[in-house]
Amino acid sequence: MSVTRKEVEYIAQLARLRFKDEELENFTSQLNEILSYVDKLNELDTENVEPLSHPVEEFNKFRDDELKPSIEREEALKNAPDRTDEFFKVPKVINKE
Amino acid sequence: MLNYKNHSEKISLIKEDKLSLRENVSFFLDNIKRNSNLNAYNFVFDDCLMQTSSIEQKIKNGSAGKLAGMVIAIKDVLAIKQQPLTCSSNILRDFIPTYTATAVQKLIDADAIIIGKTNCDEFAMGSSNENSAFGAVLNPVDKSRVPGGSSGGSAAAVAASLCDASLGTDTGGSIRQPAAFCGIYGLKPTYGRVSRYGLTAFASSFDTIGPFARNVEDIALVLSVISGYDEKDSTSFRTDVPDFITKLNSIKKFRIGLPKEYFAEGLNEEIHNAIFEKVEYLKKQGFEITEIELPHTEYSISAYYILTTAEASSNLARFDGARYGFRSKEDKNLLNMYVNSRSEGFGNEIKRRIMLGTYVLSSGYYDAYYRKAQKVRRLLKQDFDKAFEKVDLILTPTTPTTAFKIGEKTSDPLEMYLGDIYTTSANLAGIPGINIPIGKDKQGLPIGMQVMANQFDEVTLLSVAQIFNLSE
Repeated sequence: MSVTRKEVEYIAQLARLRFKDEELENFTSQLNEILSYVDKLNELDTENVEPLSHPVEEFNKFRDDELKPSIEREEALKNAPDRTDEFFKVPKVINKE
Repeated sequence: MLNYKNHSEKISLIKEDKLSLRENVSFFLDNIKRNSNLNAYNFVFDDCLMQTSSIEQKIKNGSAGKLAGMVIAIKDVLAIKQQPLTCSSNILRDFIPTYTATAVQKLIDADAIIIGKTNCDEFAMGSSNENSAFGAVLNPVDKSRVPGGSSGGSAAAVAASLCDASLGTDTGGSIRQPAAFCGIYGLKPTYGRVSRYGLTAFASSFDTIGPFARNVEDIALVLSVISGYDEKDSTSFRTDVPDFITKLNSIKKFRIGLPKEYFAEGLNEEIHNAIFEKVEYLKKQGFEITEIELPHTEYSISAYYILTTAEASSNLARFDGARYGFRSKEDKNLLNMYVNSRSEGFGNEIKRRIMLGTYVLSSGYYDAYYRKAQKVRRLLKQDFDKAFEKVDLILTPTTPTTAFKIGEKTSDPLEMYLGDIYTTSANLAGIPGINIPIGKDKQGLPIGMQVMANQFDEVTLLSVAQIFNLSE
């Protein structure tokens, strides 16, 4: 399989990334090189193989639902790029029109 | 200079008043400054000198922790409260975490001295430490060469005596490969042996935290401190932590397997020969050596890069400029704020991997790539399961070549990925592996040998490493 420049633009949009024209060219050819290498996996018949999502297979771990102290609001807001007294501040999401 | 071989000797010297901990830490701080061109550290904690007198006191009155006075550097992907955590990325350049990673907290609780945070590839993605917003790290053995990656700063710091030991992280070889390139010991524990709480996630089902040191005893000692179940990491394993130190010298005649796929085309001849010299040595010591098969080895890089980039693209979605990290000034609306913050904040390799990961997870390609790779992951795991029915340990090269030149592979990402051929399998299968430095090539560059064991069998791994440690 190979990707076109248009597809790369679409993936960038999904990934919330933006590229300049020459970067797009470069990424398209590099992604194609990598994808043609990983196509190797299709040599293998995996019809009856169960996917493995975790190397140490274990069951769910449950714990009691107890109330415990967590990070203070002021601490949590310390790294905020922009904030009000109590909240993270971001650009306006809803415009009145 | 340093006049002790390992930490237990250091403790004895301090007790006998033959070593001042304050002078020892000053030595490291000076050495870091003298070697600042290596670029091994992102941040140095000069004020750690203030801890020396109370720790020295504890050592003398017998109330000290297991790592008392051990000077340890931490890869800058692990959180330490009130200290910067950058992941060598511009997107986290000004980030100060509000809590400390469990592995680091355990070192501190054992009275270790944390001397600073080491440079690494951005978000631990890379094999050369050239993808860092703080610049490349140089290999202390040959400054025109890379130290390996992604834990290049942690490896270089230990190799150049800028600390006693360090912590790195290993997602596809990021501890073992730089240990090999710098000529030191580096251990990747079993997945789940060490809590990942406070480690910035790259690929959550692959990431592990482990030690670098110049000797096996210190590797075992640090591992014994950082291991264990942590309620803050649900993937950390509820199993007893063995006493790695006392079991170091309980050497049995292990069965050792040599997988033929790891000695095939592409392996540098000098590395091949150096390893077979060690194999002969082990045979003479009475170890049973057999050739084994790991038939799916040639598929490991493909499965690895599909699965880890997929996990990375999800994990790095949190960096959007909203709650922490870099926010672009071009933030007219919310979507632009996300896109511009990420595009300006992330380096090229991160973007490449997010793109690949987003692609393999996208609608229409999920089954062909992501699910397929998960199935191949099981086949690779089964290869190891079968092998460990016949042998206790698997011995291989750590890398196909010795350290390469800075800039040599930066224009060809695939070629860089292919260098991980011997290390990614252990992460796919969740098993532990160690790099053992076994000599140098004709150019004087370190050669590394990798030993892998079954899940949670670090004891066996360390005891065979100890054979070479003692024979030095």
